[in-house]
Amino acid sequence: MSRKTLTIALMDPPYESENLTTAFRILDVAARRGYDINVFAYEGASGLAFIRQTPHPNPVHGKDVAEENHPTTKDQVTALLAEAEKNGGKVDWVNCGMCVDERGVNEFVPGTRRGSPADFHAFVEASDNVLVIPTK
Amino acid sequence: MEEQDDTILWLMAAMQGAGAEHTVVLRGNAVNYAVAGQGVPGLTVGDWKQTQAPKMDRDVLDLMEKRKIPVYVIAEDLSDRGIESGELVPGVQLLSRAALPALFADYELVSHW
Repeated sequence: MSRKTLTIALMDPPYESENLTTAFRILDVAARRGYDINVFAYEGASGLAFIRQTPHPNPVHGKDVAEENHPTTKDQVTALLAEAEKNGGKVDWVNCGMCVDERGVNEFVPGTRRGSPADFHAFVEASDNVLVIPTK
Repeated sequence: MEEQDDTILWLMAAMQGAGAEHTVVLRGNAVNYAVAGQGVPGLTVGDWKQTQAPKMDRDVLDLMEKRKIPVYVIAEDLSDRGIESGELVPGVQLLSRAALPALFADYELVSHW
């Protein structure tokens, strides 16, 4: 059986919605299975791979930075790329160029790239399945 | 719900440190926050693991016990979701929708998040 190609389009910004937690759970499974994965990070999701994200302490919970171990989406993206590679798959993570310019987040973790809606169209054409997770 | 907190409950706790006095009413899907013993498995992506997943019942209990912030849930929203009052964190108070206006009248400001 040929290797599967899955495309997921994301729109939610980091740190605001459970949609992204669900998306990363799906992406993690796909990476563990060695699928080829395309991600089109659109609108707010274009900040997921922004490299200057910084973890913070949590004074409400009384935890310093180390104890809080705050999750950053850039680390999740990096881990996803590594997991896919480990299992023989690959991730083509595209950050919408206009979206990153609007937000000033045009610096990505290595292994992701700048792109456009044309990339998403190409992804759709080449995929076994496509999942779009829009904002509500 | 954010990765490690509900943003608004977190904000209540954070603002209390600046002198704010709040009461919390959980309505709609937010009534689920008050269910005791719930757990959220931490996200795992490859070798990366989230070690501090959200614990909403802990945070609701913290509001009431440590910060003395009263927490209400809307009774009809609980029953709509099949949640019994006995499943809630002890100390959470039930409030009917019809009683909301009277509660609001006791406060200078009502914020609907």
